[in-house]
Amino acid sequence: MSRPSDHYDSRPPVSEAGDGVTQPKLGFIGWLRWFWRQLTSMRTALFLLLLLAIAAVPGSLVPQRSSDPNGVTQYFADNPDLAPVLDNFQAFDVYSSAWFSAIYLLLFVSLIGCVIPRTAHHLKALRAAPPKTPARLARLAGFTTRQAPAGTDAATAVDSARRLLKSTGYRVALFNSRSRAGRSEFSVSAERGYLRETGNLVFHSALVGVLVTVGFGSGFGFSGQRVLVEGQTFVNTLGAYDSFNPGRFFDDGTLDPYKLSLDTFEADYEMENLDAYGQPIDFTADVTITHRGQESEAGTVKVNEPLYTGGTDVYLLGNGYAPTITVKDPDGNVVFTDSIPFLPQDANLTSMGVVKVPDGLDEQLGMLGFFYPTQDVAASGAYFSSFPDLVYPMLTLNVYAGDLGLDSGVPASVYTLDVDELTPLTGRDIGIDSIELMPGETQDLPNGLGSVTFENANPDAADGDFTGSVPRFASFDIHHDPTQGWVLLFAILVLLGLLTSLFVPRRRVWVKALEGDDGSIRLEYAGLARGEDPTLEAAVSALADRHAALLEADAPPADAPADSLPGGSQQTDSQQTDTRQT
Amino acid sequence: MNLIELSIISLTSAMVVYALAFIAFAMDLARRSAAVGAAQQGQVSEAEQPVAVAAGSVAGSSTSVNSASVNSASAGSASVGPGPLPRAGKPKAADTGLAYGRSPSLRVGVALTVLAWVLHLAAVLMRGIAAERVPWANMYEFSMTGTLLIVGVFLLVLTRVDLRFLGTFITGLVLVLLLLASMNFYVEVAPLPPALQSVWLVIHVFVASLATGLFALGFALSVVQLMQFRRESIAAGGKPARLRFLATLPSSQKLENLAYRVTIIGFILWTFTLMAGSIWAEKAWGRYWGWDTKEVWTFIIWVIFAGYIHARATRGWRGSRSAWLAIIGFSAVLFNFGIVNVFFKGLHAYSGL
Ligand code: HEM
Repeated sequence: MSRPSDHYDSRPPVSEAGDGVTQPKLGFIGWLRWFWRQLTSMRTALFLLLLLAIAAVPGSLVPQRSSDPNGVTQYFADNPDLAPVLDNFQAFDVYSSAWFSAIYLLLFVSLIGCVIPRTAHHLKALRAAPPKTPARLARLAGFTTRQAPAGTDAATAVDSARRLLKSTGYRVALFNSRSRAGRSEFSVSAERGYLRETGNLVFHSALVGVLVTVGFGSGFGFSGQRVLVEGQTFVNTLGAYDSFNPGRFFDDGTLDPYKLSLDTFEADYEMENLDAYGQPIDFTADVTITHRGQESEAGTVKVNEPLYTGGTDVYLLGNGYAPTITVKDPDGNVVFTDSIPFLPQDANLTSMGVVKVPDGLDEQLGMLGFFYPTQDVAASGAYFSSFPDLVYPMLTLNVYAGDLGLDSGVPASVYTLDVDELTPLTGRDIGIDSIELMPGETQDLPNGLGSVTFENANPDAADGDFTGSVPRFASFDIHHDPTQGWVLLFAILVLLGLLTSLFVPRRRVWVKALEGDDGSIRLEYAGLARGEDPTLEAAVSALADRHAALLEADAPPADAPADSLPGGSQQTDSQQTDTRQT
Repeated sequence: MNLIELSIISLTSAMVVYALAFIAFAMDLARRSAAVGAAQQGQVSEAEQPVAVAAGSVAGSSTSVNSASVNSASAGSASVGPGPLPRAGKPKAADTGLAYGRSPSLRVGVALTVLAWVLHLAAVLMRGIAAERVPWANMYEFSMTGTLLIVGVFLLVLTRVDLRFLGTFITGLVLVLLLLASMNFYVEVAPLPPALQSVWLVIHVFVASLATGLFALGFALSVVQLMQFRRESIAAGGKPARLRFLATLPSSQKLENLAYRVTIIGFILWTFTLMAGSIWAEKAWGRYWGWDTKEVWTFIIWVIFAGYIHARATRGWRGSRSAWLAIIGFSAVLFNFGIVNVFFKGLHAYSGL
C-alpha cells in the first residue's frame, strides 16, 4: 500500500459492499488492521487536521496560564462562576490539555502510519523501471501524433526519443510489442519527478521532527528571570534568579557561573514628533560579562538583539526605575538603604513599588510608593506622569507601621505590601499627607520614627536637570534551549520538502512508433499526470516537436546527398533553433 | 503640503479610481449575462450545426468544446455527441466557456485598476518615506500595504492567466478594506517601538501580506467555482440557470485548479511567515513559540490550508468541499487581521490604535 486507500489517485476500492456481505467476522487482528487502516486514511488525517484547527481556537478566546497568567487571575476575578467550570475543561491550559494533546498525538500517529509504508514503497519505486507502455495512448493527456520523416525506421525513432527523454531527466525503458494486426510496435516509457514524492515524505517526516524536538526540547533547558538595577551584578547560579523554571531533565549543575553586571541602561523616547511624543525609540542595556578565570568583556542587550553567552541567551524584556531610598532612625543612623525596582503601570512609567524596613526602628515600617518620572497634576488633583523620562521626578510614599509578616515563613513578594494588618501613618483617611520627595530631598517620618531620603544618583548635575537622578533597572530573561537549532533545521526541511513536493511535476510520458501499411512511421506521444501537473499537455507537445525536429535532422535527406556540407550544416542550425524554442 | 498629506490624497484618489474600476468590471459582468442571453436566443440556429462543432474541436480550433456545454445549458445535450469529447488542441480554449472576448468595459476596468494601483503604490511609498521606515508598522499601514499586494498579485497573475473576470471581486474587496482602514485605523506616523526594529518586520510582515494576496485570489476563485458548479449541475438537469455571466467563465474544474495553484503558493509563503515569525519571536520575546493569540491564529490558518491541500487529495473531498476550506481559510485570514489585531489581547499589540 503506497498511498492511503482513499487518496484520489489510488484505485477506488472494488465493491466494498459485496465484500462486506461475504466477509467472515473480523477477529481481533482483523479489527486492529481495520482500525489502523482508518487511522492512516486521508479522511482521518483531514478530519484530525480540521479538528486541530478548531481545538486551537478557545486558547485565543480565554487567557492562557502559559502566556498570560495575570490575565487568568483577572478572568477568575471577573467570572467567578464560569472560570472554575472552564478550568475543569483545561481551558486555561489549552495547548497542554489532554484533549488538545490527544488530537495532535493521534494526528502524528496517523502521519507516521502513513509515511512509513509510503517511504518503503517509494524506495522500491526509485529502483523500478517505468511501467509498460499502455496499449492505447489516444485517451491519455496531451495525446498528439507526428509523422516520422521517410527513411526513418521505428526502432531508431524510438531510440532517439529515449535519448531525448533521458537527457531531460526522465527514467526510461524501451518496449517492443506486437499490435493486434501483428505489426511490431516500438515504444519508450519514461517517468520523472520522483523528487516530488521524496519532498512530500521529507516534509511529513520533518513535521514529526519538529514535534519531537519541541516536545523534548523544553525538557532539557530552563528559563529564568532576573531584575538588575544599574550597578548590580548577577552570577548565573540557581539561587541568583528571581524565578527559575527548569525543564524535566535539566541538571542545575550544568549552569555556567558567569557574572553579568548591568553597567548602564539607556532609554530613548521620542521628543520631536508630537503625534508619538514619549513613545520609546530605543532601549539599551550595557553589561559586563565575566567568565570564570577570564577577562571581563563588554556586551549589550537590546530588545531585538539578545546576548548569547555561557550557553544561555539573555533577553531584555522590561525596564523601569529603581529609586534609591534611605531610612534613618531619629538619631540619624542609616537603618535601610536600597534601590528598589518600581513596576511600571503605564506607558509614561507611572510606577509602583514597596519599601519594607523590618529592623532598626521602633516599629516595622512598610511604605507603598508611587514614582512619577515627570509628575503632573490632573484636574482632580491626582498625580500622574506625563512623560516616561526624568523631567520632573517625584516619589510619593504612604507609610504603614506594624508586623510586616516577614518572620511567618510565608514567602512574600517584594512587590506587594499587605496593608490589612498594618496601621496607616499617612494618607487621606487619617488626614496626614503622604510623603512627597524629589531626588535629593529628605522628610521626617510621622510619629518621630526617623527620616526618609530619596537619594539623587547624580548630585552634581545642574539645578533642574534630573537626567540620571534615578537609577533604572532592566529585567532579563535568561534561557537555555539545546534543541532550538534542531527545531530550526527541521523547519527548514519542512519548507524545502514542501517546495519540492508542490513544484516538481511527477509525470509519465510515452512515445510509440507504429508502422503503417505503406511502411511510413506514425509517432504517438502522450503523458499521464501523477498529482497536480498543469503544464503536462504543453510538455508533451513540446516533446513531440523537439523529437520531430531531431528526426528531421537525422533523417537521410530525400533529395540532397548525405555528405553535402552546406545542407548538413543548415540542418544542424535549424535543429538548434528548435531546441532553443522549446 | 507634506508627504503624509500627499500620501492621503493619493490613497483617496486610488480609492475613487478603484470604485470606477469596480463599476466597469460590474458592467462587464452585466454584458456577459446579456451575451449569454443572446446566445441562448440564437440557440435554434446553433443547434443545427452540431457537426460543425464536433469537427471544429477535433481540429483543435479555439471556440468549440464548451459551446457544447452552453448548448446543453438550455437545450439538453443535443450537440454533445456520443463518446468522450476529444482532448485535442489547446486546453485553455477548451476550458474558457462561451467565447466572449474582452468587452470595452473589461479593458477599461483593467486599465483603471492599473491606474489606481499606481496611485496606491505612490501613497504607500510616500508614507514609507515620510516615516523613514517600511510602511507596515500599524493597522492603517498593514491595510494599505496588504491591499496594495492583493491588487499587485492580481495584476501579476493577469499577465499569465486570464482572471479578469475577478475584477469586481478584487477591486470591491480592496475598496472596502481601504475604506475601513482609512475611517477606523488611521494613525499619524510614529517611530517604530523597539520590539519592531528588526529586519524580520520587513520580511515576516511583507511575506504574510503577499500570502494574503494569494489567499484572496484563491478565495475568489473558489467562490466562483462553487457558483459555477451549481450552474453546471442545474444546467446538467436541463434547467436554465440564473447568473448567466457564469457561462462565459472557465468550468468549475478549471477554476478549482487555478484556485489550487494560487493557494499553494500562498500556503508556502504562509509556512515561511510562520517560521520567520518564530525566529523573530525568539529574538524579541525570548521564545520562538508561546501560543500568543496572534501565533495561535497564524497556526490555525496554516492548519486550515494544510487541510485544504489534503482535501484536494482525498476522494470525496475534491471539488466543492475543498473549495469551502479555501473560503474558510481566507475568512480566518481576515479575522486574524481585522478582529484579532484589534480586539484580542496579546504581545502583538502593534495595531497603533
Ligand atoms: C501534522 C499533520 C499533517 C500536515 C500538517 C500535513 C500537511 C500536508 C501538506 C502541506 C501537504 C502538501 C504538500 C506535500 O505534498 O508535501 C500534504 C500532502 C499529503 N499528505 Fe499530509 N499532512 C499531515 C498529515 C498527513 C497524514 C496523517 C497523512 C496520511 C494519511 C498525510 C498524507 C498526505 C498525502 C498522501 C499527501 C499528498 C497529497 C497529494 O497527492 O497532493 N498527511 N500534507
